[in-house]
Amino acid sequence: MNLSLVDFLFYVFATISVGGGLAVILSRNPVTAAMFMILSLVGVASLFVLLEAFFLAVLQVLVYAGAVMVLFLFIIMLMDVGPESGKGTALSKKRLLSGFVAVLGVGFLTVLTLEYSGVAADSGANWQDVSEETRVEGANVVFSKSVKSFGYGLFTKYMLPLQVAGFLLLAAMVGVIVLSKKKKGESNDEDTEDSSLESSVPQPEEA
Amino acid sequence: MDAELMQMLALKVTYALVMVSVVMSIAGYTVLAERKVCAWMQGRVGPNRTVLPFISAIPFIGPFLRNLGLFQPLADGLKFLFKEEIVPGHVNKFYYYLSPIVALVPALTTMTVLPFGEFTNAEGFTTPLVLANVDLGILFIFAISSLGVYGIVLGGWSSNSKYPFLGGIRSSAQMISYELAMGLSVLPVFLWVNAPGMTGSGLSLASIVNSQEGTAWLVLVQPFSAFLFLVALFAETNRLPFDMPESETDLVGGFHTEYGSFKFGIFFVAEYAHVVIGSAIFTTLFLGGWHFLPWVADPWAPGWIGSLLGVGWFLAKTFCLIFFFIWVRWTLPRFRYDQVMKLGWAKLLPLALVNLIFYMILVTYLDQASAS
Repeated sequence: MNLSLVDFLFYVFATISVGGGLAVILSRNPVTAAMFMILSLVGVASLFVLLEAFFLAVLQVLVYAGAVMVLFLFIIMLMDVGPESGKGTALSKKRLLSGFVAVLGVGFLTVLTLEYSGVAADSGANWQDVSEETRVEGANVVFSKSVKSFGYGLFTKYMLPLQVAGFLLLAAMVGVIVLSKKKKGESNDEDTEDSSLESSVPQPEEA
Repeated sequence: MDAELMQMLALKVTYALVMVSVVMSIAGYTVLAERKVCAWMQGRVGPNRTVLPFISAIPFIGPFLRNLGLFQPLADGLKFLFKEEIVPGHVNKFYYYLSPIVALVPALTTMTVLPFGEFTNAEGFTTPLVLANVDLGILFIFAISSLGVYGIVLGGWSSNSKYPFLGGIRSSAQMISYELAMGLSVLPVFLWVNAPGMTGSGLSLASIVNSQEGTAWLVLVQPFSAFLFLVALFAETNRLPFDMPESETDLVGGFHTEYGSFKFGIFFVAEYAHVVIGSAIFTTLFLGGWHFLPWVADPWAPGWIGSLLGVGWFLAKTFCLIFFFIWVRWTLPRFRYDQVMKLGWAKLLPLALVNLIFYMILVTYLDQASAS
């Protein structure tokens, strides 16, 4: 087998992202799971780099690994989620349902991959090569992988989806504020957070 | 792999090693500068006892170097290296060992995209001196430095005791809060240099520096952005007045309370490496990088002497900022935790947004005015 450097790196990073993903669901300690999730996300970012989509790679690290996962870790530590005890292997309704959904998801992904990756459809004509600079009609910016063209696309062709996504985030934010707002009559001192902090120091297990 | 690729790889690795050793030695000497400057500010003399066998025997020069404490970083490093490794019994060993590494790696990775000079060859073709001249320099730095918080959080959590844990929690809250303000405060800078008629291109740091050549530095054009960025930089590097994660008066030592010997040394050096890199980033963004003075063309001729002088000038500016970091640390008292959070979310973030919107309108107005 004659592997080029890019192919070799692809297999390395694909293994990291898939293996990391598996380890997320298989590890019992939630902090370990979170760390593997970061590893998996960084693996995906490296795959973006191999596709020369540097902007997406950087955003992947900046948003997911750098901000979202820090919050995850923050919550895990504050909530004092202990290691999952793994009570037996009884088949509950919930487990059956989640198994079913997982199988469905994997099947769906497989079909989609085979359909569009050029394995099933031999030509692979469904893809448009982004690395070639293509000119969008009526636009004075060429569509390429540079940051500028991302911005241009977002504020012209994809303006509506962008606004809808932004509105969705706003709705989620307002929802969080409404849910976490203290009702009238409850104590209003600012130290509640601090005292809950001290009572909930988690107990990491011995590695 | 063919020979040419191997040669290029070897060259790149050598460059990277040289850069790492330079930045690490600057970080080491920043520790010395911190001790010396703090001593002078408090009317003391600071470290002045370390001697090297032969150099210190030279008359006049030897005692002078000894009084400056020039060999102190060497002694400090050796002390950390040879101390007994103590691992408390109650820690989570894997994460306990992992977190100093996670703290140091991002601090050293950000320097790959940091341009520190330029070289103009005989044909007048200019290349920036940087390990990797990527288009998204500043975003790359933000992305990597946002990973640095894991070292502190994991260190605090794996120590499995209360003070480090509180330090870790405080630091994760602080880093997330100020990252936002930091990103928003540099956006106007990139808007400005990418505006029609300006010379910048994309998010590259080298183009930011070159857009300041022979005209006003960006700190003069956008003083408010620079101020916001500087405040956020202090918070992101965990320097006083924002050193919540450590705050030795209420948390003993914060996240590194349970760490000793070389593992503590790594945390320590990582913090100073952050200061060095942060100062260098501020220099590239706002202080004209390796260019001479505002409105003054570079007095040195192109060629390798010129580029060396440029690098020296860049380092001089960086050292001034490092001194500023130290100066502020020994001047201002520490914020309380709730004050830090309030400052970040209720003051810095809205101000950064207002600043961004102001420059958006200004750039559009100038564009319209020049077009008509």
